[in-house]
Amino acid sequence: MSTRLASGGRLIDRKTTQKFTFNGTWLSGFSGDTLASALLANDQMLVGRSFKYHRPRGILASGPEEPNALVNLGRDDRLEPNQRTTTTPLFDGLQATSQNHWPSLEFDIGVVNNYAARFLPAGFYYKTFIHPRAAWKHLFEPVIRKSAGLGRAPKDRDADRYEQAYAFCDVLVVGGGIAGLQAALSAGRRGDRVILLEQAAHWGGRAPVDGDAVGGMAAGDWLTAALEELHALPNVTLRAACTATGVYDHGYVLAAESLADATPGDGRPRQRLWRIRAGRIVTATGAIERPLSFAGNDIPGVMLAAAMRDYVVNHAVSPGDRTVIVTNNDDAYRTALVLRDAGLAVPVILDARPAPAGPLVEAARARGIRIEAGRAIAKVQGGKRVTGVQICLQAGEGAVLEEISCDAVAMSGGWSPVVHLWSHCGGKLNWDDRLSAFLPDPARPPLNHDGRAMVTPAGAAAGIFEPDAILTSGEVAGADPDSLGEVQDELLARQSVVVPPVWVMPQGARADLRAKMWLDFQNDVKVSDVQLAAREGYESVEHTKRYTTLGMATDQGKLSNINGLAVLAQALGEDIPQVGTTTFRPPYTPVTLGTLAGEARGEIFQPLRRTPVHGWHESHGAYFEPVGLWRRPYCYPRSGESHADAVKREVLNTRAGLGLLDASTLGKIIVKGPDAGRFLDMLYTNMMSTLPVGKCRYGLMCNEQGFLSDDGVVARLDEDTWLCHTTSGGADRIHGWMEDWLQCEWWDWKVYTANLTEHYAQIAVVGPKARALLEKLGGMDVSKEALPFMAWSEGSLAGIPARAFRISFSGELSYEIAVPASQGLAFWEACLAAGAEFGISPYGTEALHVMRAEKGFIMIGDETDGTVTPLDLGLAWAVSKKKADFLGKRGMERNHLSSPDRWQLVGFETLDGSVIPDGAYILAEGSNDNGQRNVQGRVTSTYYSPTLKHGIAMGLLHHGPSRMGEVVEFNKTDGGTVKARVADPVFYDKTGEKQNV
Amino acid sequence: MKRYSVFAIAREALRHHSGWDRAWASPEPRASYDVVIVGAGGHGLATAYYLGKNFGITNVAVIEKGWLGGGNTGRNTTIIRSNYLQDPSAAIYEKARSLYETLSQDLNYNVMFSPRGVMMLAQTHHEVRGYLRTAHANALQGVATEFITPQRVKELCPIMNIDGPRYPVLGALWQPRGGTARHDAVAWGYARACSAMGMHIIQQCEVKGVRSEGGAVTGVETTKGFIGCNKLGIVVAGHSGQVADMAGFRLPVEAVALQALVSEPIKPCMDVVVMANTVHGYMSQSDKGEMVIGGGTDGFNNFTQRGSFHHIEETLRALVETFPMLSRLKMLRQWGGIVDMTGDRSPIISKTPLGNCFINCGWGTGGFKAIPGSGWAMAELMAKGEPGPLARDFNLWRFREGQFIDESVAAGVAH
Repeated sequence: MSTRLASGGRLIDRKTTQKFTFNGTWLSGFSGDTLASALLANDQMLVGRSFKYHRPRGILASGPEEPNALVNLGRDDRLEPNQRTTTTPLFDGLQATSQNHWPSLEFDIGVVNNYAARFLPAGFYYKTFIHPRAAWKHLFEPVIRKSAGLGRAPKDRDADRYEQAYAFCDVLVVGGGIAGLQAALSAGRRGDRVILLEQAAHWGGRAPVDGDAVGGMAAGDWLTAALEELHALPNVTLRAACTATGVYDHGYVLAAESLADATPGDGRPRQRLWRIRAGRIVTATGAIERPLSFAGNDIPGVMLAAAMRDYVVNHAVSPGDRTVIVTNNDDAYRTALVLRDAGLAVPVILDARPAPAGPLVEAARARGIRIEAGRAIAKVQGGKRVTGVQICLQAGEGAVLEEISCDAVAMSGGWSPVVHLWSHCGGKLNWDDRLSAFLPDPARPPLNHDGRAMVTPAGAAAGIFEPDAILTSGEVAGADPDSLGEVQDELLARQSVVVPPVWVMPQGARADLRAKMWLDFQNDVKVSDVQLAAREGYESVEHTKRYTTLGMATDQGKLSNINGLAVLAQALGEDIPQVGTTTFRPPYTPVTLGTLAGEARGEIFQPLRRTPVHGWHESHGAYFEPVGLWRRPYCYPRSGESHADAVKREVLNTRAGLGLLDASTLGKIIVKGPDAGRFLDMLYTNMMSTLPVGKCRYGLMCNEQGFLSDDGVVARLDEDTWLCHTTSGGADRIHGWMEDWLQCEWWDWKVYTANLTEHYAQIAVVGPKARALLEKLGGMDVSKEALPFMAWSEGSLAGIPARAFRISFSGELSYEIAVPASQGLAFWEACLAAGAEFGISPYGTEALHVMRAEKGFIMIGDETDGTVTPLDLGLAWAVSKKKADFLGKRGMERNHLSSPDRWQLVGFETLDGSVIPDGAYILAEGSNDNGQRNVQGRVTSTYYSPTLKHGIAMGLLHHGPSRMGEVVEFNKTDGGTVKARVADPVFYDKTGEKQNV
Repeated sequence: MKRYSVFAIAREALRHHSGWDRAWASPEPRASYDVVIVGAGGHGLATAYYLGKNFGITNVAVIEKGWLGGGNTGRNTTIIRSNYLQDPSAAIYEKARSLYETLSQDLNYNVMFSPRGVMMLAQTHHEVRGYLRTAHANALQGVATEFITPQRVKELCPIMNIDGPRYPVLGALWQPRGGTARHDAVAWGYARACSAMGMHIIQQCEVKGVRSEGGAVTGVETTKGFIGCNKLGIVVAGHSGQVADMAGFRLPVEAVALQALVSEPIKPCMDVVVMANTVHGYMSQSDKGEMVIGGGTDGFNNFTQRGSFHHIEETLRALVETFPMLSRLKMLRQWGGIVDMTGDRSPIISKTPLGNCFINCGWGTGGFKAIPGSGWAMAELMAKGEPGPLARDFNLWRFREGQFIDESVAAGVAH
């Protein structure tokens, strides 16, 4: 059984007991435990069920590479599925439940898949479930989906919050083992700004557990001294419990820091995302122990050898009473020694090598531990827990020599350096025959913006496993990365660590054994599956991965990839380096989506732009619609009033008396300079350089293709200054467009632009009584003579400095008054107060739309969609025929754009007075070659006109303007049609006498 | 080719699956073929398949620089829909969607087409009007879509927050017969079927040059030597510009990286595909349980298939806001694919300035869904030498004439 040892445990505090539940049962552990160590201390080796066959699974590892022991952590609004028990710090009140079983962990119906495993090899689902066709969606897929997945889907909104932070440094060191600490020391001593990150909550990596001397001292003493010095260096920042998850171009690194995972609800953000820009990066990321592939290597109780020693040394937990060790290298002997020192039985060490030797082997032998050379495990016995092993010759086919009872197996297949961060941005790997591992190739590193190496590996991440060599490698990586290649080669050549390849155990295992050898534990990929993939022609390592799902589980192949591709290479008769690896992708370990999204939630999901009058709109019941990042009042419904009724009222009130619109969102871009006129002549289709000071002109902008992209009124402020009004949604885009041309193409033109959209509040005072209101506010001559239509003047109104533009988007007498943003609300309120006697009422964007449609004014985004030219919209008068060039001129000259056969703008009045549905098309006779109904136009704007009391619409119609009076048919989505008569798009005040008073 | 079936699996199970054939052969190239297709992605393999199936042309080689299906076919978010706005687009995507319906049976390979429904959220009034327009267009194009209410959206996708404070859901364009498929299986299924017809699929064979005589193509120089052909099809997505350059013409395409990611797998919680253009994100749940999430394209041209972060962040903000339950899930893996974008965001299926050389490219961010239709149309073009009705409007010369098929009108984001 697994249990807590009476003494020891360097990371636990036996004085602080912590209670937690697993599947509803209360258990206890100590402060400093991980959830995994606490479960083991309570003899809970069975922790979950595998993905495909629902096999019982236990704890395999002690770090982020754990594929089996994943749980649903927490509940309700703090439920986190697939949480690795091995990296979850235990805390008081923790609640965990096991995953992927029904009805219970101990008895899972899904285990029938295990008994049918023979019929469910890799890729079986590509070969069946094909007939009958409907069965996939209605029968097979739902069953497969239900049985797949792992953790429970959360239902609630996350109770926690997350934050993001930025950091910059000269050297980012990833990994707080002795290599990383030494690298940080050497870079820090030179005065570099250093950030050192460690994924675990404590420093030192494997050294304190493995127990070798470091730099001539006990590992613990070295660690204490190193940390002391690092803490004293002001240019070094240390961050534990912070995982570097991805390396991106130009030294950009993401790291996820755990803050309040173990103290839920303490008010702090749960996790923090660091975005670090590093001059260069040292990856001292260590190595991950590899499992061995023998039959039954997934049975609970089989554990990685180093993980087992972690549990004993760090947490004083014994995974088993009697542990068989199986290995192809010396390192696993440490586990034997640790177990024996803790008073636990080690009945045998099975070493696949024919003649193991060396100090660790001798030490084990000296303690009387039985060592069997050239031996392997034929099969592990047991179901939900190991009960014994069958021993065979490694060189044979699995004939059983002996059975040994045990309740745990510690396995080691060698070590794979963690090369993920090295590889994310293109670092290349070499296969090392002595270590049977891929190592970073110092000659082919990922490159920084300056062409220099961006990442430098150190320590075990570079294949260097002996403590003093690790220190040297850390020292060089931290201080002198350019000489790294040379030093690394020398260190590698000098070290005595050798790991002979043992990919399948025993070497000639029979098919029945190979079908029980797990490569990818979580996804249930076995040696036989990879061999099947190779046999079927899925020869590329990427094909094998995708066909078998090898390496696609939540550990992303940390334990399985090298073993898998070695098996593939054998099956193909190729060398491992020839087969290559799959691509290493970020993140190194999974990152919480909430952390990646950060604070952007709810109201602040995106920045909210507010006009100076926004608060007033809110407090007066406005119904808002999003317009870019703004929210604009759609209408101001009164109590009991529908939105449609509110819009109707607002239109009628404005047309008959006085309306007020917050037009502050309108883009306002200043264009200034000696070449400003010339610039605007290029930008707009019509002439702006000739606009007299004091006047306004409506202008159109096209993209290079000749399609209309924005419109607005331009006012000339003085000799070299123009104020360009754009659409609300287009302001930033158009400003960017201007700068694009100025910076990239016409960089020698003397023009300056500034987006002043938020500097001014702009209030439209609209309606027959608009002039009366402004006169009452006083301060400026707004008479027809002083301020005629399409002119502007500057002065003050109601004591507020103001610019008044005599422009109209409604067809009424209308002034748009720009005042400094700080006085926008005051001016708005002054208008409302003074306007009470005129029946003033604010109106929203929908009334604005209705009124402009009644007047036949186009709206960018309604009449235009990126495929419509000014000529299509009857705006030829605003397209200069004199100018030598303007943006879009050549585009417009292309055959299709200049064709007389285009759809053109007209108005429509329905025969029955109804409103044409939004988006309807105008039917034509017959169908095209693809069987689609022919059409000859479409509606672009369609409204109920409160003024005319029937439906009106604008739209594009083939040869439209020459078809006045003709009746056409619009389609409806229900198959019906609406008949409408082609009309002039100007439905209201065709002569303009209302706006020109 | 041995047929795949549940009985075949049972038979093989008894002998430890030792009797399965190779899914596709791995031959050395012959000196020449009637047709050489460059690019063994979905589009290239589908072109070959329909050349054989519809026109009886089987002396075909499909050559591939890397491994088959390893480009965008194997790195997309597997969405299949045809609710496009413009007639030519709706025609080819609907053709593709309808071929997907029976593709598993046609290929005897389960591509797991799952018509679970695709919804495109409307979160501004402007978007509502846009999707109503698409719904009206689709009604005339024979594409079954409807505009649904927020309540219906919530019923179909209960994990969605439809009342977000910033962009409440106002409705959605719903295509019930849209869905997803297993992307790798599409490539593998076509490859197996092509191989069974005697076609050659030649992997690890990079094109280094295009040889021509008298204005017509005669073959391609490759890393496995010269391969002659009567007709050449270039179907290489992100690298179309380079291969076209070898053939002596230029294309109006640019290559950018499109970002995507998956979460860790969880039990089923989402039965439909959701696309949200206003906030920029789209998501579905794979049969394995992962939330499959599409991001945007990087803001610069490049050929690396690397993941970058900035779009991922923007996408996840949008999705965590739209689906608050996502917040405690974890990102498992992110990656990039190189997409070839044309000016009007529509593909090119066309003859080229070089005789007997044809090109199929420009699928941009939406190529997976089109694979069967694209192959069907390209095969017709290559077999007859002239485009059929599906391909006609997607010719290379439309850019010169200004006759764009502009889908950016309808969909502002990648898909």
